[in-house]
Formats: sequence, structure tokens, C-alpha cells
Amino acid sequence: MTVKTLTLPLAAGCLVASLAQAHAQELSIGLKSEATSMDPHFHQLSTNIQVGKNIFEALTTQDAVQKVTPGLAESWEAVDDTTWRFKLRKGVKFHDGSDFTARDVIYSFCRVPLVQNSPSAYTIFTGGIAEMTAEDDHTLIIKTKDTNPLWPTELWSLAIISANALGAEEDVVFAPDGECTGMGEVPQAPAFNSPDIAVGTGPYKLESYTRGSELTVTRFEDYWGGTPEWERVVMRPITSDGPRVAALLAGDVDLIESPPIQDLPRIEEAGFSVVDALSNRIIYLHMQQLDDAPGIGGTDGKNPLQDARVREAISLSINREAIAERIMGGYAQPAGELLPPPMFGTSGREVDPYDPERAKELLAEAGYPDGFTLNLGTPNDRYINDEQIAQAVAQMMARIGIQTTVDATTASQFFSRRNALEFPIYMAGWGASSGDMSSPLKSLVATYDETTGTGTTNAGRYSNPEMDALLAEAMSTIDDAKRDEMLQQAETMVLDDYGIIPLHYEQTVWAMKSDLSYEPRVDQYTMAREVKKAE
Amino acid sequence: MLVYLVRRLGQSLLAIVAMAVLVFAGVYAIGNPVDVLINPEATQAEIAATMQRLGLDRPLYEQFGIFVMNALQGDLGTSFVYGRPALAIIMERLPATMELALVALFLSVAIGIPLGVWAGLRPDSIAGRTIMGGSILGFSLPNFWQGMLLILVFAVLLGWLPAGGRGETTEFLGLQVSFLTWDGLTHLILPAINLALFKMSLIIRLARANTREVSLQDYVKFARAKGLSGRRVVMVHILKNIMIPVVTIIGLELGSMVAFAIVTETVFAWPGMGKLLIDSINLLDRPVIVAYLMLTVLIIVSINLLVDVIYSLLDPRIRLSEMKG
Amino acid sequence: MSQTTANAPVRVDSPARRILRQFMEDPVAVIGLILFVAIAALAIAAPWIAPQNPYDLTQLDIMDSALPPGEVSFGSGQTYWLGTDRQGRDMLSGILYGLRISLLVASVSLGLAITIGTIVGVTAAYFGGRLDSFIMRIVDLQLSFPAILIALILLALLGRGVDKVILALVIVQWAYYARTVRSSAIVERRKDYIDAARCLALSDRRIMFRHLLPNCVPPLIVVATVQIAQAIALEATLSFLGVGVPITEPSLGLLIANGYDYLLSGSYWISLFPGIALVVTIVAINLVGDRLRDVLNPRLQK
Repeated sequence: MTVKTLTLPLAAGCLVASLAQAHAQELSIGLKSEATSMDPHFHQLSTNIQVGKNIFEALTTQDAVQKVTPGLAESWEAVDDTTWRFKLRKGVKFHDGSDFTARDVIYSFCRVPLVQNSPSAYTIFTGGIAEMTAEDDHTLIIKTKDTNPLWPTELWSLAIISANALGAEEDVVFAPDGECTGMGEVPQAPAFNSPDIAVGTGPYKLESYTRGSELTVTRFEDYWGGTPEWERVVMRPITSDGPRVAALLAGDVDLIESPPIQDLPRIEEAGFSVVDALSNRIIYLHMQQLDDAPGIGGTDGKNPLQDARVREAISLSINREAIAERIMGGYAQPAGELLPPPMFGTSGREVDPYDPERAKELLAEAGYPDGFTLNLGTPNDRYINDEQIAQAVAQMMARIGIQTTVDATTASQFFSRRNALEFPIYMAGWGASSGDMSSPLKSLVATYDETTGTGTTNAGRYSNPEMDALLAEAMSTIDDAKRDEMLQQAETMVLDDYGIIPLHYEQTVWAMKSDLSYEPRVDQYTMAREVKKAE
Repeated sequence: MLVYLVRRLGQSLLAIVAMAVLVFAGVYAIGNPVDVLINPEATQAEIAATMQRLGLDRPLYEQFGIFVMNALQGDLGTSFVYGRPALAIIMERLPATMELALVALFLSVAIGIPLGVWAGLRPDSIAGRTIMGGSILGFSLPNFWQGMLLILVFAVLLGWLPAGGRGETTEFLGLQVSFLTWDGLTHLILPAINLALFKMSLIIRLARANTREVSLQDYVKFARAKGLSGRRVVMVHILKNIMIPVVTIIGLELGSMVAFAIVTETVFAWPGMGKLLIDSINLLDRPVIVAYLMLTVLIIVSINLLVDVIYSLLDPRIRLSEMKG
Repeated sequence: MSQTTANAPVRVDSPARRILRQFMEDPVAVIGLILFVAIAALAIAAPWIAPQNPYDLTQLDIMDSALPPGEVSFGSGQTYWLGTDRQGRDMLSGILYGLRISLLVASVSLGLAITIGTIVGVTAAYFGGRLDSFIMRIVDLQLSFPAILIALILLALLGRGVDKVILALVIVQWAYYARTVRSSAIVERRKDYIDAARCLALSDRRIMFRHLLPNCVPPLIVVATVQIAQAIALEATLSFLGVGVPITEPSLGLLIANGYDYLLSGSYWISLFPGIALVVTIVAINLVGDRLRDVLNPRLQK
């Protein structure tokens, strides 16, 4: 086979590389994107978060399967529906040697609304805080404005920074909406390029940040969780897939995230190890429900997607197995839900079968025996193989008579056009950052409503008031078992109505030298702190 | 001379303003950066707040007015993505791009001129034909494809050179450069060759064509007939006569190299400003796009001006005031 | 080469025949011409000779995705001589149709750019004065910007589409022709017969297009061959950078860009074959252009 001829000389290249890796105390990682800032409160962006988590920590953590576990808070309890008491961990040091106390937490949460020019602010988390007081240095009471069962989960997103290093006064007093007192002069995002300001409690300290080139962190010897694995970690953004793989194969980096699926056999043959895990990201199709949906032809001005039979026909026309196998190289799992079971709120619903015959019947029943034409929108640089999948879906829909053209653009144009409702049907993805069914339901299928803040990403404008009511109830239920059941019901309502069509769950892949190990994360983050030497 | 300079600067200013307007309106038309930048879980109220924070809720003409006012004071805006002055972000990336472009330019001149002169002196020899054939190939290979083949061969199959990135840098004249360290140099070789090949072919062809023309001229034939050695003829007459077009092309091509670096930087993950431009376009980071283009225009205009001045020094018959802008 | 004419100065040929004869003296250039004609013929005949219509989604089957050359389809039993891409698109058909798009984009933009450039160039040369210096100022200003930068920004603003790529290519190319035509025309205008024509009160348009223009053709041909090769390469590069033609109707450049992701993985055929087709096309055009330049350059005719 031709593959062989290319692979054999490759092994020689790797030999050279492994010789270079003499200092085993250093880890070098190739990331697919670059952090936009070292300020952990500046921009909610996965790259910033995964890089920042090495330097900064939060009250809670999420483990590899997004289960909430203690972080800087040892334990917590819900005193009533809106009051939480957090016991903070004792003996935790910041990188500058100062002690971690409740004051740092209050300062950190207070700083969030004061960050200027943020393109995606963390105020979506701090906005819900009504009151915050320290009972003592290591006990914190937080009152939320509404009942929020996900509060401990959300806290993972709020990084704790050092009040001393940032120049806070002795007494920091909380008040909502950026009205805190005792904050001093609050340093802005650019200041965090300096290790003197970017002071956290994490296992690694910031050493240097050369934009576009590399970010270096070094071991924090006094880390509360034990001595970190690496003396030094270098994170390099290598945004193109090919060069990122080449950098791993050539030995320039030890581990890369998201190697392209088609390169995996080659990477494995070259003696590298590959790990993968199902992610919380669902790839789905959303169909527009308004009367005047654009981009539909051959229906005399009607919108066929308003008919649930047509939506079901589309779902049945798609051979999800074929997409997972042929396009995703087996690194995807056909989806029947909006979040992979057994995550919170899933019901274990069956994946829709591939049944083009039944799909044609449904189309005929709905009054479209000859099909119609449709314009399918998709980004081409956002999800794994996104435009390839969209083309495959278009192929499959064409086979039941729905002539589909694919309108693929870069994510920047796609998101703007989608939000302007320019597509009758579009493909996109959703990763539930809370690891909980309420996340996709609230954003993707709940009725679009500016006052409640629901349905923000529901650009099909699907609306099911019964489901909305049930979801709202679930969102204010603290009892996990009850909430789980309600979310399952709400999801089933939507899926029975084909309000959204799940395609598959992405599988996230990492490739690394064989002497390393990494526990793959559901949330797709690459965290240097969790890379270990293989036993 | 002064009139000429003033006129040139006026034109350039006009070009910069025209482009700023175009890009401003264009990026506005593509989409809303907040749609790309914001966490999708944000509510409509938070989206509106973010737009307000970035000044995107104002009408376009107002945004442009604010931009112009600030630009006149030397502030080209704050990047939506990085939250820092756009110009500062670009200046951080400028040395990497300039280093790449200058090294590539050096390679194409140092290799291109001798090969071209040789091919021009012996147009029908095997060497001459091989050089021309090679230059046609170098001319024809799509830059990105050629870059990938270079990586495949030299980084992956042979393992001689790194596949991408910039490597170790040291400070030189206050700038971070990579050609002074071994690690930096190895990272520089492939991207520089990739960027140089096209220009090298261009210079080979140019040098050959000029050499042929000059060598057919009477005074060169005469010099040869007089028994001057072949080498001396080449050195003195031909090189002197091809310097003007070569300087022109070098000047003009340096500007286009800075632009073409976009492709090379994408393929080799070279942290220059071309890659920054692509990223900024994808994120609709308008301040960075506008600042990049203004800076590039400035660089190109200055180089052109410089070329014209050198031109007049090389050939006293040309007076700047007579030249068209 | 110029020896033949030098040895046989007595023969009198029409300029066109002389050019043709000289062109044919270089076997490499002839090969280039034959190659180009063959490629153009294949591209034009693509709908009739391609085994598959790669733009018709119902004819693609993802079960056939990424098959190596020579494999047989699971469904239709068709043999894929050059393999398939991720979509199950027959590469041979993809290349034939891709050539069609690439050549279409390049030649339509060439035609439009030459037309605009010629009109502008002749007008500037004929009328001279302020109009001339104004037009040439714009031309020079535009030529000082790298084509790729202008095209990239334009397409980022306009979005994907064959028509948009053509528009962008016209915008970046017209100035080359305007400058070429003007510089030849201005030499010609100073000659006596133009003054004579003016004295005869021939219309401006008639003088411009019947008398000035024919003299601009040789340099125009040389520039055009260089530019058409550049246009094909530029279109490919733009597609690689993520702006350009739509993905469901790939040009050669887009096929390469798609295959680029698979180059390291061993599925070399997805990128290699369209790449070879592209390089052969450009080399063929450049070989022809190179020879034409020698043949049409009066200074080498001594």
C-alpha cells in the first residue's frame, strides 16, 4: 500500500526527535488556537480557559467527565434555594507567596464587571450574585438573585486572582454590578502579560507570553495539590492542522490537540499514542419555522419545514453511521439526543434509523412527493470536518428528493448570517459547558425571548410553549433527581416533534509521544496540568 | 524633487483614506464580530451590553467618525479580540514578517541574479535551458502546495528541519530576530525558501532577459571583440546595466513579499502579521484589519519612494521631477 | 531563436507568419502549446468525457469516500482511476470539471480585464495631458499593491462565488493591461501617420481602435499569457485561504486545498493529482508565454 512507503522513512525522523527530548522535565504542547489574553476574566474562550486553568483556579473544578469536584472550596452547601455556604481550602498559597482567603474570592468576582473591552464577559456568571460576605477568612456566603441549581458548576468558570498582587485595599466589600468598594486601581487585561500581575494559585506560574509564538509556564513548588509533574511547559499555537501534525511527527512538540482524523493511522504507525473521548459537543441541524423562511424553492411560497413530517423525513434520510464512519473516520458517534448519555438529563433515546423509503413516504404524505429545494448553511472552519459533513447531508437529502445546496462560509460570516435568520436549515454544534441538558435546551430550542434570555441560539425560531414551561420549572429545581427527570421529559418533547435534528457527538482526539498519558476530557479542553508521564 | 515628494505623499494619503473607508464599510457588511466572539450561552441582554462596550451599537458613520478622530491622534483603535491597541499588536508581529521577507529577498537576489546572468549569456546551453525550465516551474508552483511539499520532504520524511514556528529569538538592534541562533535559523530556512522561490524565478527571468539585451548591444560585442575577458564583460557592462531594473523589482517585490507572506506564514505557522491578518479577518477584528492595511500601504509607499530615489542615483539621466507618480 | 532570420534576411513574411514560424522553432514551446490546447479541450469536453458529474450531489456517495486510485465503487461498480476524495467524488471527473472552472474564471476575468484595460490605456495615450496623468496615477497606485492582498480583502468582503472571484481578478488585473497598452500606444501616437489621420478628420474612436490598438497587440499577448497563469494560481491560492469558489463546485485550486488536509495522511491522490494538473496547466501557459515574449520582442530580432 502507498501509505507504507510514506511511513517508513518517517520513523527515522522521529528517532532524531526523541534524541532531542533529553530534558524530560519539559513538556511542549501544540494547540490549535492561541489565547487572546492572559487575563482570566477577559474573554470566555476555550483556548483562554484551558491555558488559564494552569495558572488560575476556581472554587470548584470539573473533572474529565464534567463532574463538579472541590477546587479552592473544600465543600459547599445550599443553605436555602438562593443561599450557598462555601468552606475555603486552608494553606493555599498564591504564586507570590501570599495566602488565599475569602477576600481574594470577593475581589475576583468584583473585578469581573470592571474588565474593559471584553468581547465575551464573565458577567453572565457574576450577574446572578445578589450578595457576598465572608463569615471568616475561609468561609464565604453567596446569595444568588434566582434559584440556580447549577451555581457550583458555573463557579468553575470564575478564576480566582490575587487581591494583593492586583493592588486591592485591605477591605474589599461586595456590591452587585461592579459597585464593590476597596478595589483600588484595577489592572486591565494587557497588564496580565506580566507574571507580577498574572498571579494565581494554580500548579504553574506564568513565565513568558510571546504572542503568536509561545506561552511558557513553570512549576509552582508550593502548589497545594502536590508537586506538579513538569518543570516547564511550553504551549505553542499551531493553527493549521497539517503543520501541527508535522510538528508532532518531527518532534518539535510532545502533544497536540485535535489532530485531523485522517492523519491518525499515520500518527499511530509512527509510534505515537492517540487518546480520544466522546465530547459534550453535539452537531445538529436546525430548521426555520417562520412563514417567510428564505432559501426554499418549489413549494409555492410555503415553508415545508413547518410540517413535522417533513422534519422527520429529513432526519430519516440521514445515514448517521455512514457519516461517522466515512467522514469522521470512526471518531464520532451517531446521536439521538442533545447530549451524550449518561450525562445529566439524558434519557437514552434511540438514534433515528436511516430509512430513505419511509422518508420519501413522509414527504409524499406531507404533500411534497417531488421534494423541493433547500439551502443548507454551515461554517467551514468551526467544527471537525464541518463542510464535509454538510455536503454528505446534502447528498443524502438529495436522494429523497430535497435538492440541497451547501452554503459554506467561515464561522464569522456563518454566525452573523445565521443570527440574521438567512438560512432555512443550518448545521452547527453545541458544547454544553455545564455538562447538563438544560444548556442545549435553553439556548437551542427554547422559544426566542429577549426578556427571559432564552433561545439565544435558536435561529430556527422553533417554539414549544409546553416545553418552555417545563424547562423553566426544571431550571429552578434544586433537587437533582427531579430536575433530571424534568429535563428528560422536556428533551423528549422536542425530539418527538423533530424541532431539532441531532447528527452526531464529536469525539475529541489528542496525539502524544508514547511516554505520555492524558485523560481525555468531555469538554474538549487540553490542560497541560493533566498531562502525565506514562507509567 | 520636493514637489514630487509632496505629490507622492498626498496620493498615498488618499489611498490610505480610501482604503480605510472601504474596509470599514466592508467589515461592517460581513457580520457582527460579537456573533463570533461571544460565548454562545450569553443572553440577548449580554450580547447588547457587549456591543455597547465595543462601540458597535452606534451607527456606522458615527463609528467611522470616532475612528478618524482617534486615528488623527495616532490611535488606530483597540482590538476587539485582544483588548489592546491594534497597532501595538501588529508591531509585535512586524519583525517576524520583515525578517522572513528580507531573508527571502536576499536568497532570491543572491541566487537569482547569477543564475539569470548565466542563462542570459548562454541561452542555448543545457545549463541555460535548465535554469529557465526551473524558473518556469518555480513560477508555476502554487505557493501553498509547494510549502506543504517542503514540509513533507524536509521536516517529516527526512527530519532535517522543523515543520513550523519561529524558534528561539535573540535581541538584535532592539528587535527580536531568529537568524542569529541555530534553532532560529533552522526554523527560518523552509519558510524563507518557500517565499523566495517565486521571486527568485522572477529575478532569474529578469536578469536573463536584460543580459540578453545588453549582450547584443554593440558596445558589449565590441568589448568582446577587443578581447576583454568574458568575465570582465559580464562584471562591468552587464551587471551595471541590469542594476536599474533589478533594483526596481527588488523594491516592488519586497512589498508584495510582505503580502505574500500571508500564505507562507499560514503554512509554516510563522508568527508574523500576515497570519494575524487571516485570523483577524476570521474573527472580524476590524481595528486590526484596518491597522494592518494602513501599515502595509505605508510600508509599500515608502519602499516605492525609496526605489525611485535609488533609481535616480543609479542613473543620473532620470530626474525625479519628470517621473510619473 | 534569432539565428534563422539573421541567416535568411531576404525572405519577406507577413508579421503573423513570421511569429508563428519563429515560435515553432522552439520544440519546448510547441510542446507547451500542444499541452495547453489538449488541456483546454479536455476542460471544454468535461461534461461529455467525465465519468461522473462531480457537482451533482446525487451522483456522489460517501460510502466511496477516499478510495485510492483504481478502486471500484461499492454502489455503481464504476472504477475510480484517480481515486476519490472525502465526499466520494471521482477525482478524474473532479479534475476535469475543476479545470473547467479554473480556466473559465481565468479566461473570463482575462477577457474583461483586457477590455477594460485596453479602453482605458488607449484613451489615456490618445488624449494625453491631464486625463492621461490622472488615469496613470490610479494605475500606478493600484499596481503598487500586491494583487493577493487586494483580492483577499475583496473576497473576504464579497463572500464566495465564481462571479465574485472573477470580479476580484478583474479588479486586480485591469491595470496591467492599461499600462501595457498605454505605453505601446503612446509610442505609436507620436508617429506621423496618426497626425495625418487626424488631419483627415477621422473620428477619435476610429483612430484609437483602428490605428493605435493593432500596434499594442504583441505586448498585450505577452502580458496576457503571464497574467492568465497568474490568475489561475491566484484563484487556487484564494481558495486555499478559505475565500474563493463554493465548495460544492470545486476548481482545481479548491480540490488541492481540500486534499491539502490529506497530504500527510497518505491519501496523497486527493491533493497530488489536481496539483499536477494545475502545475502542468500553468507551466504549459508559461512555456508558450516565454517563447512569445522572445518572438514578439523587437529588440531581440536583430
